[in-house]
Amino acid sequence: MNLPGAVSPTDPDLVSTGHRAVAVSPGAEPDGSRRPRRKVLVTTVSSDAHTWNLVFLQKVIEELGCDVVNLGPCVPDDLLVSACLEHRPDLVVVSSVNGHGHQDGLRLIRRVSERSELSHLPFVIGGKLGMDGGEDEDRPAQLLRAGFRGVFEDNPASLSLFRSFLAQLPSGSEL
Amino acid sequence: MNTVAGLGEFVARARDRGELVVQPRMGFADPERMREGLLATRDVDATTIGTITLDSYTRVGDLRAAEDALAAGEGLNGYPIVTHSPQTTDQLLSGLLSEDFPVQVRHGSARPLDIFAALARSRLTATEGGPVSYCLPYGRVPLRESVQNWSRSCELFARLGDLGLRPHLETFGGCMLGQLCPPGELVALSVLEALFFRAHGLRSISLSYAQQTHPGQDAEALEALRSLAGELLGPIDWHVVLYAYMGVFPLTESGAGALMDDAAALAVRTGTERLIVKTVVESLRIPTIAENVRSLRAAAVAARRTPRPIGARRPDPAPPSPQTEVYYEARAIVDAVLDLDEDPGNALLKAFDRGILDIPYCLHPDNRGRTSSYIDDSGRLRWAETGDLPVRPCAAGQKNKTVTSSEFQEALTYVSRKYDAQAYDTQCSAVCDTEQHPLPPPGRRTDPRGT
Repeated sequence: MNLPGAVSPTDPDLVSTGHRAVAVSPGAEPDGSRRPRRKVLVTTVSSDAHTWNLVFLQKVIEELGCDVVNLGPCVPDDLLVSACLEHRPDLVVVSSVNGHGHQDGLRLIRRVSERSELSHLPFVIGGKLGMDGGEDEDRPAQLLRAGFRGVFEDNPASLSLFRSFLAQLPSGSEL
Repeated sequence: MNTVAGLGEFVARARDRGELVVQPRMGFADPERMREGLLATRDVDATTIGTITLDSYTRVGDLRAAEDALAAGEGLNGYPIVTHSPQTTDQLLSGLLSEDFPVQVRHGSARPLDIFAALARSRLTATEGGPVSYCLPYGRVPLRESVQNWSRSCELFARLGDLGLRPHLETFGGCMLGQLCPPGELVALSVLEALFFRAHGLRSISLSYAQQTHPGQDAEALEALRSLAGELLGPIDWHVVLYAYMGVFPLTESGAGALMDDAAALAVRTGTERLIVKTVVESLRIPTIAENVRSLRAAAVAARRTPRPIGARRPDPAPPSPQTEVYYEARAIVDAVLDLDEDPGNALLKAFDRGILDIPYCLHPDNRGRTSSYIDDSGRLRWAETGDLPVRPCAAGQKNKTVTSSEFQEALTYVSRKYDAQAYDTQCSAVCDTEQHPLPPPGRRTDPRGT
């Protein structure tokens, strides 16, 4: 399901609202039927020691009826990979606010894509991803090309976009 | 190098003169700029202590990265004291350290042994931190490792006493996570880290507390901290240090200024000896020397216009324990932790393992994470969930409450919104002085001002 007002430059699954926030639909829920509780892994990049963003996201995600595993600050790539294998989440949410999220995020998603066991696991990233403080038009596209299924840069619209993204997320058994 | 009286003696002399000591959080990679900053701090018209803040590579022990950045001429966000040669640091300090101008090194490391070794080499006798407060908030180093490393670091630092120096160590425990930790636990952590320092040989200690959401509650916390230190530390040199608000800062310059002025006034009203200032730009970038100087001067001005409490210069050596909620909470936590083990380091480890210490919203793997907090209608920071802490949520009879994501976000920005709203009101009443009721700023909620 595409979000309203979406443009799809190349990939039919790519959803964009200008360059402010970009998300790929996680897949439509066919009807309103009950589904098992989904599990979301919340994490950040290896260089980022901030945690208020991670605590906030945990609350947002739990309020939407998901279970959360929160890995906390400064997560090395290896730890993230092993946590994904251990917890088998339905979604991984990477949040970073220290300005290194773009670079570290690209490295991280490449590491993840080396593991075939994780090829069906959707990753999204968001926060203050660059040093310039503003929004770089290329950044979301680059992150999406590298394998992220959604990019939510820090702006007023991102949270509601993230919430709708999450609301549509199927559980692992349906992926 | 001559023997230099320590930071503790300097602060005691200032207390006797009725002066608040003010201190910046300055740190530059370039030794010349660092020296310039220290000189500027020394020459401010205020009673000042100099600060050398270290860079974050040194903080996490990534000395290779600090070295590479220095070699490549890239910027670092502080002074890499382990990487710069001892000669460089000696030159930086040459003719600068004196009995009238102590310098404190600030770092933030859970494995600080190499930093303490560098301090000892350069005979720098004042620093800060703690096995809990420099471990849990910032990374993934196991608490046990931090306790071990801090034990050895303290013992190394205490040996400076053999050279006729007076090493001084400040707890960072009263500043945990910067915001949203209820004052009772902040006070308890500060006292417990001070007891840890004393157990490892330190005899000159300061206990920190960071300004939170309510001036009345903060005053109670500082009083409780002073009482517990008096009751538990015994006959050693100690004082209390207040940090200007460390959470999300007001966006307006006048809001930020008012918040910092309130910190200075709070320090003076409570007989607090030392204040760590902030700058208006702190949340956005590393402040310049001039911005630090402006903040120091403003804090000194705000302090001088605040009446000092009677008897502040010669405090009662054995005052009665305060009958406040903060004191009872802090005392209950400290007692419960000290009951776990005779050694304060082991007691801290057992306490976190059992949830007797549990920091709200702290995601470190060694923190149980079963507590949470909220800001009540009066602006006081309170427990929402107390987990296994030896305290009850809020007043008697109240049950745990769940903090939603939007309540959490509002609590995080409570102080910044409150001071920005005041700044707006002042501006508005100045502009529209004929109107009886100036318009409230957009999004403003009920008046959060407490007393």
